[in-house]
Amino acid sequence: MGDAEGRAPGAPQGSAFTPEEVMRYSRHMIMGPVGPVGQRKLRNASVLVVGAGGLGSPVALYLALAGVGRIGLVDFDVVDLSNLQRQILHQTADVGRPKILSAQESLLAYNPHVTVNTHGLPLTSDNALEIIPEYDIVVNGADNFATRYLANDAAYLSGKTLVDGSILLFDGQATVYRPGEGCYRCLYPAPPPPGLVPSCAEAGVLGAITGVVGSIQATEVFKQILGIGEPLVGRLLLIDALTMEFRMMRVRRDPACPLCGDAPSIHELIDYDQFCGTPPLAVAEGAAVAAGAHA
Amino acid sequence: MAVTVYVASVIQRAVGDQKQLEAEGSTIAELIDDLESRYPGFRAQVSDESGALHRFVNVYLNDEDVRYLQGTGTALSEGDSVSFLPALAGGR
Repeated sequence: MGDAEGRAPGAPQGSAFTPEEVMRYSRHMIMGPVGPVGQRKLRNASVLVVGAGGLGSPVALYLALAGVGRIGLVDFDVVDLSNLQRQILHQTADVGRPKILSAQESLLAYNPHVTVNTHGLPLTSDNALEIIPEYDIVVNGADNFATRYLANDAAYLSGKTLVDGSILLFDGQATVYRPGEGCYRCLYPAPPPPGLVPSCAEAGVLGAITGVVGSIQATEVFKQILGIGEPLVGRLLLIDALTMEFRMMRVRRDPACPLCGDAPSIHELIDYDQFCGTPPLAVAEGAAVAAGAHA
Repeated sequence: MAVTVYVASVIQRAVGDQKQLEAEGSTIAELIDDLESRYPGFRAQVSDESGALHRFVNVYLNDEDVRYLQGTGTALSEGDSVSFLPALAGGR
């Protein structure tokens, strides 16, 4: 599967926080709703980030900085020069390298106390129900509809909360799907015909909006782990970077939803490329080989 | 019945590159008719030939998805806002 685990040499793993960790996390730990107990919850948590790109970069970065104990990254792509306008885990020298490797290095450089698991292949119907159950929470930073429906279905079938975000042009969206309280299929029952809704590569995306939405997704992960605040469950946050307006729409669980409705018809993962009418993802050769070697 | 219409970036081209505009109608269907009359081609962005809303485009009356109201028959009141929001898949 191309999985690998990264941890900085000599990184402490014990249950007590070292003085260095206490200092590192002090701005979180001094806040009442977090405190040492909350910081321990963060360290004991595991979060899977699907996609190490525009959204996955800021999400994974803030999770690592905060000391989320185990971060999983799923990505099969290599760093392209056009990624560097927004994908903050990768740098110029990383062009051509597998994203999961440059992302892992960046995260461990920021915080050697966390573990970064890399899954260097596309998330598919064959591996999603093996990978996702290994984590507490799933974050969606995918860039295509097939992977979005796949992540949605696999997270629901695994009983995991999915923290969703998407971006295009100057727009951003974010919401949280908690099993039984609505899902991506409730929000959008069917994908658009191929080619109707452009991708970021086709239409463009403001680099900074990825940071806005990714930071919101990371914030929602923290709230889920810490059990504080009002989660973005049942609400879809819409962000317009040009007017800087944030609006909120309701997300309801659809009783007719084929996945989480009253009489579900989807009980296992399906062929999402067929569902979305898209060709299977092409794995960059360099990414798959490098990930395999790393494992 | 004048309402404020918000259009997501991805379909703003269909309404002359506007993100917010005023439109008339006592229902969602009439609102779409008004927009189609002024911006031919808009209807195809949000509904099929039978007038049914695309399943990948959400239409909100204020903050509520009209699928959970009366769909395109949902009544509009003066001062309402209606948002057209296609699914986005971008993450990279």
